[in-house]
Amino acid sequence: MEAFLHQLVSGLAAGGIYASLALALVMIYQSTHHINFAQGEMAMFSTYLAWTLLQAGLPYWVAFAATLGISCAAGMLIERVLIRPVEKAPVLTVVITFIALLVIFNSVAGWVFTHTVKVFPSPFGAGLLPRNPFMSPHEFGSIVVTLAVLVLLYAFFRFTPLGLAMRAAALNPVSARLSGIRVGRMLALGWGLAAAIGAVAGMMVAPVVYLDPNMMAGILLYAFAAALLGGIDNPLGAVVGGFVVGVVENLMGAYVIGTELKLTVALVLILGVLLFKPAGLFGRAVVTRV
Amino acid sequence: MIRILALAVAALATALPAHAQKKYGPGVSDAEIRIGQTMPYSGPASAYGVIGKSQKAFFDMVNEQGGINGRKINFISLDDGYNPARTVEQTRRLVEQENVLLLFQSLGTPTNSAIHKYVNARKVPHVLIATGASKWADPKNYPWTMGFNPSYQVEARIYAQHILKTAPNAKIAVLYQNDDFGKDYVVGLKSGLGAKASMIVREVSYEVSDPTVDSQVVDLRGSGADVLLTFATPKFAAQAIRKVGDLGWKPTHYLTVVSASVGAVLQPAGLDKATGLITALYLVDPTDPEASKLAGMKAWGEWMQKYNKGADPNDQFHVNAYAAAWLLTEILKACGDDLTRENVMKQAASLKDVQIPVVIPGIRVNTTASDFATFGEMQLGRFDGKRWVPFGELLSGR
Amino acid sequence: MPLLPKIAPAPLEPTLGRAAMVVLLLAVLCVLPFVLSDYRTFQLTQAVIYAVVLLGLNILTGYNGQISLGHGAFFAIGAYTAAILMDRWGVPYWATLPAAGAVCFCFGFAFGLPALRLQGHYLALATFALAVATPQILKYRKLEDFTGGVQGIVIMKPDAPAGLPLSQDQWLYLFTLAVAALLFLAAWNLLRGRVGRALVALRDHPLAAESMGINGSLYKTTAFGVSALYTGVGGALGAIAVQFVAPDSFLPFLSISFLVGITVGGLATVSGALWGALFIVYLPNWADEISKSAPWAIYGAILLVLVYLMPGGVAWMLPRAWALVLRRIRSRGGAGPGA
Repeated sequence: MEAFLHQLVSGLAAGGIYASLALALVMIYQSTHHINFAQGEMAMFSTYLAWTLLQAGLPYWVAFAATLGISCAAGMLIERVLIRPVEKAPVLTVVITFIALLVIFNSVAGWVFTHTVKVFPSPFGAGLLPRNPFMSPHEFGSIVVTLAVLVLLYAFFRFTPLGLAMRAAALNPVSARLSGIRVGRMLALGWGLAAAIGAVAGMMVAPVVYLDPNMMAGILLYAFAAALLGGIDNPLGAVVGGFVVGVVENLMGAYVIGTELKLTVALVLILGVLLFKPAGLFGRAVVTRV
Repeated sequence: MIRILALAVAALATALPAHAQKKYGPGVSDAEIRIGQTMPYSGPASAYGVIGKSQKAFFDMVNEQGGINGRKINFISLDDGYNPARTVEQTRRLVEQENVLLLFQSLGTPTNSAIHKYVNARKVPHVLIATGASKWADPKNYPWTMGFNPSYQVEARIYAQHILKTAPNAKIAVLYQNDDFGKDYVVGLKSGLGAKASMIVREVSYEVSDPTVDSQVVDLRGSGADVLLTFATPKFAAQAIRKVGDLGWKPTHYLTVVSASVGAVLQPAGLDKATGLITALYLVDPTDPEASKLAGMKAWGEWMQKYNKGADPNDQFHVNAYAAAWLLTEILKACGDDLTRENVMKQAASLKDVQIPVVIPGIRVNTTASDFATFGEMQLGRFDGKRWVPFGELLSGR
Repeated sequence: MPLLPKIAPAPLEPTLGRAAMVVLLLAVLCVLPFVLSDYRTFQLTQAVIYAVVLLGLNILTGYNGQISLGHGAFFAIGAYTAAILMDRWGVPYWATLPAAGAVCFCFGFAFGLPALRLQGHYLALATFALAVATPQILKYRKLEDFTGGVQGIVIMKPDAPAGLPLSQDQWLYLFTLAVAALLFLAAWNLLRGRVGRALVALRDHPLAAESMGINGSLYKTTAFGVSALYTGVGGALGAIAVQFVAPDSFLPFLSISFLVGITVGGLATVSGALWGALFIVYLPNWADEISKSAPWAIYGAILLVLVYLMPGGVAWMLPRAWALVLRRIRSRGGAGPGA
């Protein structure tokens, strides 16, 4: 029983990781209707940025805030400079742009920061929680942060005029433009926010998996699966999806099929769910007019 | 007439070396020796790309100091992205287009497997390759291929011997990477335990795409084992050591030498959690305070400062790269002016008690025409919280 | 929003100019191995193999609008089919191609069934999952007897048939070229007619197409099957050329580079496969020559530049560029005093 609880908690902790990156994917999808394959590498790069700031002696939360700010600005810049020119191109062309970004970030990070793994500090302390022998304070803290980001996002889109404008720009660019919303600016802002959320994800992930240029390679697939499982247009779905993926994958690996095929089986399961709920667990079915 | 001519030619051929003393294979001239290599500068294994860059820096030093017997090394290192199909392509370029004398330290097991047959059919020396699979030491079938790293299987057998000697009733748990590297270790461990392979109560694998191995460690702990062997690459090894410590599990923990770097693995994992780890050593660790006393490590440090600027001085890959490149220069020096492919293999297969300056004193390289295993012996070491402390005698896992 | 653009497929009518171009290209391709070194010939062989793969992927993604990030899996299945047949049962190399094609067709068709229910990003995930899972399945312990596990399978390179004065590389190249020419011809025949129109109609107006009596499920699953067949034959040829298969040869990045190949080459074109194949084979090498420190960064940067300059791919851009040149020449001629 103890081992089972352990696996469960370890799955939840992993799920929190997937959920935080999935949130960034959902963010960009909501504002641009693209899935950004480079999201993981952008988050990794942001984390290196935070690491550099910390090495320079900044206190954690200052570095944290600075990283969010810089990542957001960089995200907007990337949208303006790299994505805008291919806005009208076939969507696959945009996908290729993402892939190009992915390899560039990965390669440059390896070049600048080397591939030696780096320790990234946790703001929540090390060791184990006082009355819970299964979870570290960081795992607990990062789950809380993920949920906090979720609530903030929800409030932002639901209650602020800017959030409303962004939703409008994504949902119906033409009408949005007619009612005076600067659609281009909203798209850039969406990228900026996604980059900032990615940076949070990176800073929460790095203390667990160590910081290295390939840190996000494995996580991106799970985040991708989590976002789609929950419904790509639904932040809550992405978070739930993340936890489900983390727990299912861990328990399957430990008790059912062993580790050799756990990735495969986890993916098959997710796809099986999608076959019956093609829009994801929480997604809206898209209705198109012919 | 023809017969006389043939005789004359034969006489000339035997007489020539005695006079000229110079015999050159492809890629060699009075001015340079051309050697080639494939390296994963891009792709999933790009972490190992530093080895190639480091070796470039080593040969820069050699060339600045006058080269080998007056000949400069022309080192051509090409990216294969760790994709065997590209390894074949790049190797063929090196052999057929660039005309290299030999291939040196090409990295990876699947990549080298793809060119194994080709280089042996072409009779191109394929030496000191950067992988520890056991199949490279097979001079009978593949006389042109020789590995550098100690064989993974040999190392695992050393651990098995040690376990059988110190804890014959142990319950063993194994964490391994699900690829040629991890599986070779498991094979070696089982063959080393022999009839007592049933001591292994649980073996669990992970994929390089897994974010962490936390779940695997929890699983292994649940098996009730009191001995743990971790056959993982650096990042995952660090995660495993940390998780074992966090769980408060205290097994006798053996760690593959691939991940024994203090700076790259044990420090990130936490030195307190790493205390008590056992590994089979051969390279000196650059963070070892005792190491700076060795003349070889002093030279290494100077080289890092002067030629390999910007590289991480705590990274053991640079020691590894230096060791292999140093050994190659020894082989080429021994070749003298007979720089043919045949003689390169002959010299590579007749190393006797060679002490590489950055290898732990006492561990010597020995090869013969029938035994291509560069490192037959290793030294067990225990981590005391600061450095690996060697203990016991040299062990051979053959 | 659909994942794919509504690109009209490139025109495929057999005009005289086009036929002349194809004949010329074939002639050049046939002569090349006798001019180039064995190494260059081998490189070209790989390019031809990738061209077959990209053609297959283009049938599915370019023409039928089903995105696949998992064609590396079919490439792997084709390669392993060939390797296992040659290694275990001593089947001659040429006979493994139909087998690899057939096996991959079945796998592709079977995968196409659930894919019917998945669209856009979901299909991308499903196929990418396939790519990610492939190495793991190839390594799986229970299949080790067949797949050789992590060690893979080494196979023999075929010799030229007795009597032909050709090196192994020359023969393999010509053999590959012949197979590729056959497959290109078949694809051209398929795509320029009713089937091609049906595929494009299903891509752009699925409901309208079905209401006009096109059996959508059948066409889409068959497109998946045929696409996998091409890729599988490519995989088998690749295994024969490289003489080695191992799980690490088929990492997810392979699938991604196929997708990059058709996009750079030109979606919904036949000739785009050739350009894309050249890109896959040569670009990484150029990137490596520019920088050892960050070859992928160079690769990515070149990719970005290509995408900006030619958003539709090379095959779409070249005719336009050519037309532009012609117009320039004509207008210059027209401006002369004699006109």
